[in-house]
Amino acid sequence: MADKGLHVRLNQQRPIPLDAVLDCGPGEMLALVGPSGAGKSTVLRCIAGLHSPQGGRITCNGAVWYDGAGGVNFPAWRRSAGMVFQSYALFPHMTAEGNVKAALGHLPAPERSARAQALLRQVNLSGLERRYPAELSGGQQQRVAVARALAREPAVLLLDEPFSAVDRSTRQKLYRELAELRKELRIPVLLVTHDLDEAALLADRLCLLHHGRTLQSGTPQEVMTRPASVEAARLVDVRNIFTGRIAGHDSARRVTILEWNRYRLETPYQPRIAAGTSVAWAIPTANVLLHRRDRPSRGEQENPVAGRVSEFVVLGDSASVAVDVEGIADTPLFMTIALHAAQRNRIAIGEQVHVSLLAEAIYIMPGEVSGGAPDTAASGTEGKNEEDDAGPAG
Amino acid sequence: MDWPALALSLRLGIFTVLLLFPIGIAAARALAWRRFRGKGLAEALITLPLVLPPTVLGFYLLVAFGGNSPLGHAFEALFGHTLVFSFSGLLVASVIVNLPFAIQPMQRAFEAIPADVREAAACSGMTPLEVLMRIELPLAWPGIVTGMALTFAHTLGEFGVVLMVGGSIPGETRTLAIAIYDRVQDFDNGAAATMSALLLAISLFALAITYVLSGRIGRRHG
Repeated sequence: MADKGLHVRLNQQRPIPLDAVLDCGPGEMLALVGPSGAGKSTVLRCIAGLHSPQGGRITCNGAVWYDGAGGVNFPAWRRSAGMVFQSYALFPHMTAEGNVKAALGHLPAPERSARAQALLRQVNLSGLERRYPAELSGGQQQRVAVARALAREPAVLLLDEPFSAVDRSTRQKLYRELAELRKELRIPVLLVTHDLDEAALLADRLCLLHHGRTLQSGTPQEVMTRPASVEAARLVDVRNIFTGRIAGHDSARRVTILEWNRYRLETPYQPRIAAGTSVAWAIPTANVLLHRRDRPSRGEQENPVAGRVSEFVVLGDSASVAVDVEGIADTPLFMTIALHAAQRNRIAIGEQVHVSLLAEAIYIMPGEVSGGAPDTAASGTEGKNEEDDAGPAG
Repeated sequence: MDWPALALSLRLGIFTVLLLFPIGIAAARALAWRRFRGKGLAEALITLPLVLPPTVLGFYLLVAFGGNSPLGHAFEALFGHTLVFSFSGLLVASVIVNLPFAIQPMQRAFEAIPADVREAAACSGMTPLEVLMRIELPLAWPGIVTGMALTFAHTLGEFGVVLMVGGSIPGETRTLAIAIYDRVQDFDNGAAATMSALLLAISLFALAITYVLSGRIGRRHG
């Protein structure tokens, strides 16, 4: 069958709006990432057959599980989907082995015990077969849940925030185990998480979900360094998002000039964006370089910007510095620098600093910015936040 | 000792329990998990027998069962005798009176089963019937046993409604509770005392079973 893997299209207005498209190939792990309330779990529940969307289509290895237009909607027990719930949802009145056996209904009764034991061995739970869920630790419960999800030999494995209920050290261990286990799986694996680092660590591809809408899919590297929109950039925790205007292109020097208030920034050559277009642009905090006070260098010619330190936060060996750029109101420029560099340059709140914005790292996001003055920032002070907040920070 | 009255009471109790077992489970599951229009009204109606004077309930049942009502008429056409002053009428009344005693503990028990546990069962490939038999009933059984025991004990003790709907026909509608009343009216306090003690013992035993069983399941699986 040419239609291998999982293909999902979902549309609905209520109870929460959904407009999601995602595909996951055999053996691939796709992480569905977004803030709380973005609809990640709802998407997963639609695939499992626990929630019926208003429209769309879900196919797995060519089999239609749901088709709004065609009136197809298989109940959960007829879909070959293994699901690990956030709270694991183990059957409290059954032992670990009983839990796994409960999902082995497709095998003849005499074979179930041996198979259940093999599955528990696969998730490193040998010896705990007779324990009840209440007698197992969080990590052990999660392993039982994984073994149970794999028991029915599913065509797709769905993981709903499977690491959120365990402590940090257990989580690190479970990450390694899942990575090991994945090598043996030849099915699509969908991981729902609000933790971007976890998604980047485990998944082959990320899919960003916001307000029920899939914004962007790609490798973790792609999505995190090349967000497709301001919304996507905010979700992957890009702090420096501003708006500007394309002033023109210098084909000889192969640079595009970006106007940002009174600054004219050199950026990577993108002649297909017409001069005069208002755009959103971003720069990673690590690519804003601090000029040394004692020994100015040649690099200072690159997009120099001046401002005053408005925030200085030490985070371990590095420091997060916010700079109020001259002429740019209310939207500080963030940079991350080594703590010793900050100390040597006597960084303190209120101090005047000069920085360079590395031209290569300036990323102009596709799509024109509608409305708004070109020099107002799209976002500035928003840090990592869990809540949906599409409005610009004030 | 009025042995026919004791036999009748036990028979009424057993039949009421047998009828309310499936009715109670179906109603309790629906009330525990579904959201539908008029749910509040449905719950209020089911609870009504707890607060209504038995005579008031008995009066309405008497009217509803009478030969002049559509229900009474239909029953008479089907079975050849009236619902009132018969064991069948007593049984129907008993089922209605015991709805809150059976359904409320069951509903609490079904409500205590997490939604994701039932969903996990479906995601494990179990059919809805398998989910009911292997997950829901084993998890809810203390509540179900409690509901059944309360129903049984309450049926043995019911007085007002039985008197209104059934009267006191020996062997047909004179239950133990009615027989005790009749004996007291006849100044036969000795017989009344024996039967009262018996009723007390049976009720206590039924309730004790409930508490012992629900306590045990709680300990084993926390």
